[in-house]
Amino acid sequence: MSKYSFYPGCSMESSARAYLDSTLALQSSLDLQLDEVKDWNCCGATEYAATHLLPSYALVGRNLALAAQPSHGAPAAPTLVAGCSACYLNLAKTDYYMRQSGDLAERVNTALAAGGLHYQPGAVKVRHLLDILINDIGLAQIKAKVTRPLKGWRVAAYYGCQVPRPDYDHRFQNAEYPMQMEQLMQALGATVIDFPLKTHCCGGHMTQISEATSYELIRRLIQGADQYRADLLVTLCPMCQLNLDAYQVEMNKFFKTSYHVPVIFFTQLIGLAFGIDPVQLGFGREFISASALLKDKLGVDVPVAEEAVAAPPRPRRGQPEGLPMPRMPRSGQLGQEE
Amino acid sequence: MTTQAAERPKNFLEEVIAATPGESRLEMCIQCGTCGGSCPSGGDMDHTPRALFAMIRADMRNEVLRSNTPWYCVSCYFCTVRCPQEVHITDIMYALKNFAIRAKLYEENKNPAAGLSETFTDQVERYGRSFEFGLATRHNLKFHPSKLAGMASLGWGMLTKRQLDWREPKKIDGLAQLNAILERAKTLEEAA
Repeated sequence: MSKYSFYPGCSMESSARAYLDSTLALQSSLDLQLDEVKDWNCCGATEYAATHLLPSYALVGRNLALAAQPSHGAPAAPTLVAGCSACYLNLAKTDYYMRQSGDLAERVNTALAAGGLHYQPGAVKVRHLLDILINDIGLAQIKAKVTRPLKGWRVAAYYGCQVPRPDYDHRFQNAEYPMQMEQLMQALGATVIDFPLKTHCCGGHMTQISEATSYELIRRLIQGADQYRADLLVTLCPMCQLNLDAYQVEMNKFFKTSYHVPVIFFTQLIGLAFGIDPVQLGFGREFISASALLKDKLGVDVPVAEEAVAAPPRPRRGQPEGLPMPRMPRSGQLGQEE
Repeated sequence: MTTQAAERPKNFLEEVIAATPGESRLEMCIQCGTCGGSCPSGGDMDHTPRALFAMIRADMRNEVLRSNTPWYCVSCYFCTVRCPQEVHITDIMYALKNFAIRAKLYEENKNPAAGLSETFTDQVERYGRSFEFGLATRHNLKFHPSKLAGMASLGWGMLTKRQLDWREPKKIDGLAQLNAILERAKTLEEAA
């Protein structure tokens, strides 16, 4: 049994509930124990640091201090795992800069002392969930648990920004072209497509600030995946999932397109390949429904629990706009693929 | 932050360097423009990061703090990892946002970014947890009724499919502790 401290973060508890549910559902299959940090607070995302810089480090410092505390007499797990990219980045960044700068460490600890806390820089190792699955559990063990291979699924792996970059402790090797999620998807039996935009920005908070800026960034990614004939995008970030899924509808209205590319968390696909019930994995919560995919590829029905937002009618491909992209031949013309 | 123990900053460049956690390396910028060329929202910025850094060196404090550039930074860190001089560009943008808020210059940009950050900060200090971005959307629905027509299906979808509710987020148990920590950090920052 591998034990880790776990920081879910605000998004995984609300809009990215499917990510949390599917992550927790994998624990028994993977012999993994994720112990939630007690009474954690928000990591500040990309916003708190904009208003108060030093306090933003103290905000995260409280979480690191809580994660490093012994619980029930047992020493804390040495590794703190986060699933959300912003949480992962903020935790890793605070620990890294506190290790680098004695002055910052001292100031953060002076602030933490006001709450009776202290954090020794480096006391916990901050790692992303994908890193744990690839490097601690390993592809072989994951592959061995697959009972329902994702054969014939054309998957585009999308990492977004804040896991591969800036990658303070060099966990992901390539800041612009990581391959871990592709390896994982192949272990599940899926066909991985080349997706050059895999670490490009989803728009982040720009949906709240400038529609034109954010919808253009969303369009590039969705159009890219569509033109490479991906059945779906798989991601590891709540913000990316929200922007590409929930705002795909708004983006379609904005550009008068009709893309329909489901955006699913990697943990949901692992669970699916492990034979876990799709509802337990949070399928059905996505805006751009993956139900047709599950039905076509696996013969699995996902009950529509709530009133669904009507999916745009097929054919899904809109007129290409913006930069010209290479067009892939339609299905049936690529006989050599798996 | 690193040099705050040393003498007071002499100009805006030194001020920005002092306020950026870790080593900003801002003084190492060679004006190559890799940052602007890598930026996903660069096209919508008043100045590219490169231009902004030249303005910082020229001590154009007010012009820099009025620029929308830091507010259009999406924290994707492309510029940071690509910069041949390893300037911590994203971290510098955060420092500039702090300066702009304190100088109250951001309003002249007429962009809602600072407002979003302030709303978010307020939520964190009130609950210890955030209305995350899905909830920020909801916030928009509630407070910007002109957007309601266009966004109604999204908001409704959030409520039905995501099972979000309209109630306040749950407060953390250690909220008083958290605020004591944040208050002291603010005092330390103001003293620097």
